Amino acid sequence: MPKAFTPKVVTANHLLAGDVIYQTVDGWTRKLDEAEVLTDEADADLRLIEATQQVDEVVGAYLADIAVEDGKPVPTHFREEFRANGPSNYAHGKQVDLAPGAYEDAN
Amino acid sequence: MYSYSEFDTAFLAERNRQFRAQVERRISGALTEDEFKPLRLMNGLYLQLHAYMLRVAIPYGTLSSAKMRKLAEIAERWDNGYGHFTTRQNIQYNWPELKDVPDMLDALAEVGMHAIQTSGNTIRNVTADHFAGAAADEIADPRPVAELLRQWSTDHPEFQFMPRKFKIAITGSPNDRAVTKAHDIGLRMLERDGAKGFEVIVGGGLGRTPMIGKVINDFLPEADLLPYLEAIVSVWNQIGRRDNKYKARIKITVHEHGIDEIRRLVEERFVETRKAFSGVDQQMLREIEGHFAPPAFVQADTAPYTQALQHYPAFRAWTDTNVTPHRDADHAIVTISLKKHGATPGDASAAQMRLIASLAETYGYDEIRISHEQNVILPHVHKASLPSIYSALKAEGLATANIGLISDIIACPGMDYCALATARSIPIAQEIATAFDDLKREHDIGQLKIKISGCINACGHHHVGHIGILGLDRSGVENYQITLGGDHTETATVGDRVGPGFSAEEVVPAIERIVDTYLDLRTDEDEAFIDTYRRTGLAPFKAALYPETKVAAE
Repeated sequence: MPKAFTPKVVTANHLLAGDVIYQTVDGWTRKLDEAEVLTDEADADLRLIEATQQVDEVVGAYLADIAVEDGKPVPTHFREEFRANGPSNYAHGKQVDLAPGAYEDAN
Repeated sequence: MYSYSEFDTAFLAERNRQFRAQVERRISGALTEDEFKPLRLMNGLYLQLHAYMLRVAIPYGTLSSAKMRKLAEIAERWDNGYGHFTTRQNIQYNWPELKDVPDMLDALAEVGMHAIQTSGNTIRNVTADHFAGAAADEIADPRPVAELLRQWSTDHPEFQFMPRKFKIAITGSPNDRAVTKAHDIGLRMLERDGAKGFEVIVGGGLGRTPMIGKVINDFLPEADLLPYLEAIVSVWNQIGRRDNKYKARIKITVHEHGIDEIRRLVEERFVETRKAFSGVDQQMLREIEGHFAPPAFVQADTAPYTQALQHYPAFRAWTDTNVTPHRDADHAIVTISLKKHGATPGDASAAQMRLIASLAETYGYDEIRISHEQNVILPHVHKASLPSIYSALKAEGLATANIGLISDIIACPGMDYCALATARSIPIAQEIATAFDDLKREHDIGQLKIKISGCINACGHHHVGHIGILGLDRSGVENYQITLGGDHTETATVGDRVGPGFSAEEVVPAIERIVDTYLDLRTDEDEAFIDTYRRTGLAPFKAALYPETKVAAE
């Protein structure tokens, strides 16, 4: 029996900054909780194709597994947790850049 | 120190100009990522988990104060204010933006540095004993030969698209600090009947299939070095496995064909390559040797040093661990620890880099080395200067007295930065260092090398750690395998796996049980961990780590 489809988001690295970004309904964001949650497999495949075509904006787009908590996507694997939050050795990188007041839209 | 010739400078300027144009074409969309990726990798630019990463070569780990200051400037101007020193004696910047990288490369070129061949299936940065030119036990300074190898291998037309990467290390001392037996080619400088030569070791390597290198030539005359190495790399380039990247390294080629057959093929090829070297390479080597002439060591009273030893216990403790005998009795080799307890192993801030540059300039004949153990060396320091150096280092958080001790841990970047990692390395290192520092036990424990890798590729050299830790992903959870008894020196050994892995939370308690077992078993304080392990074997450590298994077996 084929494995049931689990919720996903489209994620990639930003071409210029290199940092982690997530696809939204109409663009990209650096915050996982703003990402578009994809619950339909055909829809997810289509959204991934659309992302990979944006060769002058994003690099290495793929579908990442997530869970939905309180209506927001959250990581299910520790790798995605670090991608979403930044390095864990000390506070720097994304966790500092995305602190309240530091956010800039990725578009 | 080697200074770039007009040729080196022109070559680098042209390469940087080409890469700047390639970056512009990538940003404009004229190049796809698939087209751009091999070009950026040829220039040391990776795309990692959170950002681009620029790996800059530090040939044979040697820097001047001007170079170190430039590394600090780059960290501040285009990165996050720090750099990460690696097990190939390189520096990595973890946060550059793509558009800035050509400017970073131009800045490096101003001081004769680059990022060429720090990635890709090429001959990588040649590494050397970090005490080269200073060590009391040295036969000869290996750096002129390492520089010759750098010039020979850089942009070598035959060796740009090889089956896999290729790593060379060289030592001029019988006490191997350069891990020569775990390299594709390891070179040990020898003297026989007054003639200079090399023991050539081939087919060592770590990664998924760890192998200790085998001697292919026990005494290669100095003048034959380049044609002989060219023969080795050429034979492997032809018969090395290109069908499977995990079987592509020369260690597998040597394993599959046998060292005798590889030696026969190399000798056969050497007949051809030898003809192509007319002796110009030896003239170049003589010229290069001129760049590495030892400094004129000052003569001065060492009383300030001996007085400080008597009056300042913290200074004495630091000299006990971080200072090594120099070939000149009034001088010393200083190892600056980048392993402050709880900090990220190998990281240095721009301010710390500038301080090190300044100390090298003031007290150290303008010489700096980076070790594969992710520390910084001042190779030539008059003993009278040691108290001043210690005070300056202390003020900048660089005077941790732990070289060779349990908190002097090699750790790869792991999943905090690296796209290939399967688990984190750095936080494990931080936790171990902090736990043993809290209990003030590490000086009692003595010499003990822990090496941690966050994936099977083994950048953290875990196979050759006295205690090796390998982070893996087990069904979506970080899991750590422990090996014991590894050794990176002239008696190189791959460690023994103790048994099932441990969760991240269980690693520190497991290390504590290993250390407690060692302390119970050692004959006296002079028996180091590795010696006790060799005497007792794995059994008592395994029993301590898996008591439930012992109970089940009884």
